[in-house]
Amino acid sequence: MAQQIALEVVTPSGAVVNEDVDIVNAPGYGGDFGVLANHAPFLSTIKIGILSYETGKKREYLMISGGFCEVSNNKITFLVESAEFGNQIDVDRAMKAKERAEKRLAKADAHDDSVNVARAEAALKRAIARLKASKVN
Amino acid sequence: MPSLKDVKNKIVGVKKTAQITKAMNMVASAKLRGAQEKMEAFRPYTSKFNEAMSNLSGGSNTDSFPLMESRDVKTVEMIVITSDRGLCGSFNSNIIKLAEKKMREYEAEGKEVSFVCVGKKGNQILRKTGKVRKAYVDIMASFQMFNAREVATDVSENFLNGNADKVEVLFGEFRSVAVQAPVAKDFLPVQPVESEEETTEKISGEYIYEPSTEEIMDVMQPLYLNVMIYHAMLEVGASEHAARMTAMDNATNACKDIIENLTIVYNKARQAAITAELMDIVGGAEALK
Repeated sequence: MAQQIALEVVTPSGAVVNEDVDIVNAPGYGGDFGVLANHAPFLSTIKIGILSYETGKKREYLMISGGFCEVSNNKITFLVESAEFGNQIDVDRAMKAKERAEKRLAKADAHDDSVNVARAEAALKRAIARLKASKVN
Repeated sequence: MPSLKDVKNKIVGVKKTAQITKAMNMVASAKLRGAQEKMEAFRPYTSKFNEAMSNLSGGSNTDSFPLMESRDVKTVEMIVITSDRGLCGSFNSNIIKLAEKKMREYEAEGKEVSFVCVGKKGNQILRKTGKVRKAYVDIMASFQMFNAREVATDVSENFLNGNADKVEVLFGEFRSVAVQAPVAKDFLPVQPVESEEETTEKISGEYIYEPSTEEIMDVMQPLYLNVMIYHAMLEVGASEHAARMTAMDNATNACKDIIENLTIVYNKARQAAITAELMDIVGGAEALK
C-alpha cells in the first residue's frame, strides 16, 4: 500500500475530516496544489474553493472557505472557516445565494454604494464553490 | 392583619413566579450545555491556530505589520461584549462596571475612550456616556464566525485609520459553571504569540511558505482577530447561561422562603378568624341563657 498522510480539516464548529489519505488537492494562494505523504513542512493560505482527497479508489470533495493549511510531520491540517461535503450541500440554497450575490454585484456596478462589494464577491465565490462541490460528488 | 384572601392570592402569585424561574433555570442549563459544546468544538481550531501563529511570528520581524504597530496611546477603544438578555444576576453589570472603571482610568490619564458594544445590555448602559462608536445587538443568541468577523474588521479598520491607538476587548470569562469573571484583554496592536512548546520552534525554520511569510501574516492577523472575538463571544455565551442558571436558582429558593413565611401568616390569620368566630358563638350562646 502506498504511503499515506494524515488529513485534518478543522472549522470553528469542530473537526470535519480526520483520516489517513493518499493525496490531498487544495486551492492554495498561488493556485491548486497537491500534497502526498512525507511532504516537506509547508504553510499556505487557502482560497474559497474545493478540497479533494483520495483514499484507495475513492475520492471525496469538500467545499471550503478561506483559511490556511499547514503540513508538518506527515500531517496536513486545514484551518478554514467552513467545510462541507459535496453531498451535504443544499443546492437550492446555494443557487439562491448565488443569485443574490450576483444581484448585489450588478447593483454595485450601477454605482450603488450601499453594496459591500468584497462581501458580495466572497458570497458569490462560496456559492459557486458549493455548487461545484455538489456536482462532482 | 392582612385578610385571608389577600395572603392566599399572594401565595398563589409567588408560586407562579417560582414556576417561571424554575423553568428559566432549566432552559438556561440546557442552553449552557449547547454553549459549552460550541466552545469545546472551537478549541481544536484555536489551539492549531495559535500553534501556527507562533511558528510564523518566530521567524519574522514584527514591526513591519501595520496591525502590530504600537503607537503613542492617545485614544483607546474598548470592545465590550455582553449578553443580549438580562435576568442573569450581576453578570452584565460586572462587565459594564469594569468598562466604566477602565474608562475613568484612561480619561484620568488624558486619553480618549470609545466603545464598541457587542450585545444589547452593554449598549443600553454605555450609550449614556455618548462614547459608543458602534453597537452590534441581538446577535448573541445564535452568532457565527461571520458576526465576529464583522466586528473584527470594523475595529481593525478603525485602528489602521489611526482613530484608535489601542484596542481592548472586555468580556465575561467562563471559568466554571459557578464562576464567571469580567476580564479585559489587549486586542490591538497584535501581540506576538509566544509559543508554548519548545518543539514547535525547531521545525519553524524549515517551513516552505506560500506566499511569503509577510503575505501570510497579512491574512493570518485579521483571522487571528476574528478568532479572538469569536472566542470571547463564545465565553460570554456560556457565562451568560451559567450566570442565569445561578440567578434563577437563587430566585426559586427565595420564592420558596417567601411562600413558607406567607403560609405561616396565612395560618395565623386563619386561626385568628376561627378564634374570633368561636368567641362570637360562645358570646351568643351566653347571651341566650
